[in-house]
Amino acid sequence: MKRFFKRAINDLRENQFLAAITVVTIALSILIASAFALFFINAGELLTQWQKGIRMMVYLKPDVSEAARLDTKFRIQGVAGVQEATYISKEEAMERLKGQMPHHSALLENLKENPLPDAFEVTLEAAARDSVQLQFLSERIQALEPVEEVEYGQQWIQRFSSVINLFSIAGYGIGALFFMATVFIVANTIRLVLYSRRDEIEIMRLVGATDRFIKIPFYLEGMIQGALGTTIGLVALYIGYFSLSSHFQPSLASGLLTLRFFPVLVCVSIVAGGTVVGWLGCWISLKQFMK
Amino acid sequence: MIQANSDAIIRMFHVHKRYGNKFALKDVTLEISKNDFLFVTGRSGAGKTTLLKLLYLGEPVTEGQVLIDGMNLSRIGQGRIPVLRRKFGIIFQDYKLILTKTVYENVALVLEAAGRKPRLIDKKVRSVLRTVGMEDRMNALPQSLSGGEQQRVAVARAAVGDPKIILADEPTGSLDEEAAEVIMTFLDDFHARGSTVIVATHDKKLLERRNSRVVQLRDGQLWSDELH
Repeated sequence: MKRFFKRAINDLRENQFLAAITVVTIALSILIASAFALFFINAGELLTQWQKGIRMMVYLKPDVSEAARLDTKFRIQGVAGVQEATYISKEEAMERLKGQMPHHSALLENLKENPLPDAFEVTLEAAARDSVQLQFLSERIQALEPVEEVEYGQQWIQRFSSVINLFSIAGYGIGALFFMATVFIVANTIRLVLYSRRDEIEIMRLVGATDRFIKIPFYLEGMIQGALGTTIGLVALYIGYFSLSSHFQPSLASGLLTLRFFPVLVCVSIVAGGTVVGWLGCWISLKQFMK
Repeated sequence: MIQANSDAIIRMFHVHKRYGNKFALKDVTLEISKNDFLFVTGRSGAGKTTLLKLLYLGEPVTEGQVLIDGMNLSRIGQGRIPVLRRKFGIIFQDYKLILTKTVYENVALVLEAAGRKPRLIDKKVRSVLRTVGMEDRMNALPQSLSGGEQQRVAVARAAVGDPKIILADEPTGSLDEEAAEVIMTFLDDFHARGSTVIVATHDKKLLERRNSRVVQLRDGQLWSDELH
């Protein structure tokens, strides 16, 4: 095997230009496809974070009696998927609002009457945090007589979910497209190498070399190019990610999201995938060439 | 005609080779014994190169049978072709050296392809390059060598695997008289060591230089087979 590796490395050196084209092509394909995947992962993470933070606000009609309020609390807590319902009186809500808007507290002080309604802040179990469950829950709670309105930012969640789903489908499509394009390009560059060395291959056959002896170094070349191209693509993506995250992280840090790169295991899997792509491209061109 | 014998390493029975409608070889029957030194001669286009190609399966026969050292070529599978070719050391008129590999690498390739160990390869390659006087040029690329030197490398490559049969297709065709003599001396040496040597040539001087069996082809047919 050492001998085959040596031959593969020598061949790559002798065909530097073609090898470089293959490696750069793989690197670019991986860069674009992985950038898409990274965006998708971070956007998904953002959605999950938002969903974790979802609190359903159940606003009560004015002048609901304490007995009715207690009854409503028990009923809300009885709905499947609800974790906790905490009562927030309109006075408490006003205090919170003042705390959140310190610059406008004077404005709030001058109000003759507290316009905020009494409400329940409802936290949800993890299973109830997707948009369908949320819709279902809100309809159940909305049906209670003392309830005026239920709010949980449903439109936002639904729109964002649809965008993420769209990206997910597009991501798979683009991934498949880049996979095929990369295999095609690797196959073609290997084919160019094979054609440029057809005399050499013919001579090898004439001196008694088996197809295996001829093919193995080409497979190794394809795999080395695949692994190298993928690694370069990932490194380029990391550099891009690093400069973007250091630019945006301060503004994101106060919010819900921390930007993430692929875990090491995923990086290793991507490099392994690139290696397989190199092998596959080689297999296709050798199959046609060595007939 | 030479009579059939049990010591034959090559047997051709009623062999025809056709390219399209044109016959390159017609009904050739021939036996070549172990350790024979045989010249195949004839004009250009007589079928000399075709005959050699049929022996190492460079081309398949159109009709007839070829047996090499007990292997029936019409019955061997694709996977056995390398085994067949390792029985031969082939010297081509255009040398067929790999231009991107050094002299050493070109010669070593035969043993690497046969799966020999690196230490043995090194020993054998140096030894055969010494024999053909090319040891001091072993790191040179073929393009930096003269025609005579390239042919010596081709001879070294043909001999390095200790083949049973050496095929030489016009080995002196593009060489001057002195270089041609050197090549023929090497072929004589390999023959003396036990190899069967088959030389395709139209050079009459080569035929005159020694007592050998000479097979003459004319328009693809075996015209004569005699000892000179």
